Amino acid sequence: MRPLALIAIVSAVCAACAADPVAPEAVPARSSFDPGLIAKGAQLAAIGNCQVCHTAEGGRSFAGGRPIETPYGAFYAPNITPDPETGIGRWSEGAFARALREGVDREGRNLYPAFPYEYYTRLADEDVHALYAYIATREPVRAPNRPHELRAPFNSRSLIGPWKALYFERGAFQPDPARNAQWNRGAYLVNGLGHCGACHTPRNALGGEKKDERFGGGVAEGWHGPALDARSPAPLPWTAEQLYKYLRTGLDYVHAIAAGPMEPVVRNLARAPEEDVRAMAAYLEALAGPPSAERRKKADAALSQAKGASRANGRGAEIYAGTCAACHDRGREAGSGGALPLALGTAMTIPTSSNLLRITLEGIAPPEGEPGRSMPGFADALTDGQVKDLAAYIRSEFGRAAAWTDVDEELKKIREERR
Amino acid sequence: MISLDVNGKTQELDADPATPLLYALRDHLQLNGAKFGCGLGQCGACTVLVDGRAVFSCVTPISTLAGRRITTLEGLGTPEKPGRVQRAFIAEQAAQCGYCIPGMIMQAQALLERTPHPTSAEIRKHMSGNLCRCGTHMRILRAVERAAREP
Repeated sequence: MRPLALIAIVSAVCAACAADPVAPEAVPARSSFDPGLIAKGAQLAAIGNCQVCHTAEGGRSFAGGRPIETPYGAFYAPNITPDPETGIGRWSEGAFARALREGVDREGRNLYPAFPYEYYTRLADEDVHALYAYIATREPVRAPNRPHELRAPFNSRSLIGPWKALYFERGAFQPDPARNAQWNRGAYLVNGLGHCGACHTPRNALGGEKKDERFGGGVAEGWHGPALDARSPAPLPWTAEQLYKYLRTGLDYVHAIAAGPMEPVVRNLARAPEEDVRAMAAYLEALAGPPSAERRKKADAALSQAKGASRANGRGAEIYAGTCAACHDRGREAGSGGALPLALGTAMTIPTSSNLLRITLEGIAPPEGEPGRSMPGFADALTDGQVKDLAAYIRSEFGRAAAWTDVDEELKKIREERR
Repeated sequence: MISLDVNGKTQELDADPATPLLYALRDHLQLNGAKFGCGLGQCGACTVLVDGRAVFSCVTPISTLAGRRITTLEGLGTPEKPGRVQRAFIAEQAAQCGYCIPGMIMQAQALLERTPHPTSAEIRKHMSGNLCRCGTHMRILRAVERAAREP
């Protein structure tokens, strides 16, 4: 049955899927919370990346207003400071827990799944408790919520109930007794608070995750979130140690420099407890599993290509030689003055040109004052024709894959966003 | 031979197509305003304008510039008759060693051509790719603000 028809039927059956309101109740005073609990909540909020979506560019922390671009339109994350009028200053811990686990706000309205309650539903009681302590003790900021700007029919909250019936699986995290404690901790964080799959799992046209393609590569704000399991497009298989280093610093010399929506994620994970990030890395390594013999062979080929000089003929190769090679083609690892050898990168091997084009045009720019790798953008230096030639060359030379068919469309989209 | 439009004049030069624009300007055309800093597009000392937009000339091969309009520091004015942004930098004495300043001026020029009255935040954001190791930033910011103010 077509999903829209199904939604129509479910809508009819379940007219009132949202819940009762929770009575307004002022958040407790700071003095009522144990400082250790608040500190724990801060670390958990870092893993949850809460501040990133709930803070506008240049705005006050957690006061909301940041647009989150999706295929359905722009969501504006709400104010979650404890301001009683415009924030969640009248939310009891029960109301807060229900929002995280069930996707229902204090008033009883369904929340859009742009808020990843599909993942937060797995949160343990003590972690919800710590998160509440942290959020309830932030500085209240008076900032009215900006309404979402969504295309019809997604602008109607009445669709969320049926959506939940189809795609939302409520329930606490179930540990796997066959695995060790570190794996289970990693599984809990990756599939719960960390909500990694939100960007790394593909979704259907209604925004439901394709459960049978879990971690098979998804979409985030115009970027491709590469597959994290055995389908990983990384030329070299990731080890837990490399994943740990990347998640902590955004930099792994033989895989990637964090860019796009991943950049704030690693900035936050730098503030999370070391053992938690190690657990996430261990879980992700296990998720991908030991590399096959074929994968190893490809990795060896990529490594030797990264050490050698690149071919140089054709227009794209010429641009690469004059524009990229000074940093990317030095035959050494991505240390000071050298960048990631493209033969080892993932932007070249994924099914879409979006990440490579975004990095080429926009560069990699950590926010002012924050540490991180920086690459200049070439949006003004290269014409569209030159960007296309360069992308075609990089795809075939370093991605070692068939030409992308989406370059024109993606380039047009990115240029329009920049206007 | 490669033909480049530099400061309104067509220049023919005999150079490898992969030659960085910076080398072409300095070694072939004796336009020494743009400076070599890092050679990696990380410091901004080599900034020039291409079609009115700021680009790092050290990582821009001349093969990409056919038919495009290049403006260098020399194209903005002369010592006798400095341009508006140059005058503002002089008035604010926005230089210590001065090595980064040609790039700073070109970056500011690009900003003001598109945004004649930028906010302080816009100036900071726009100029953030250009580094000054002497710490003259506050004067540089004042100079850009002055240039935006003055005719």
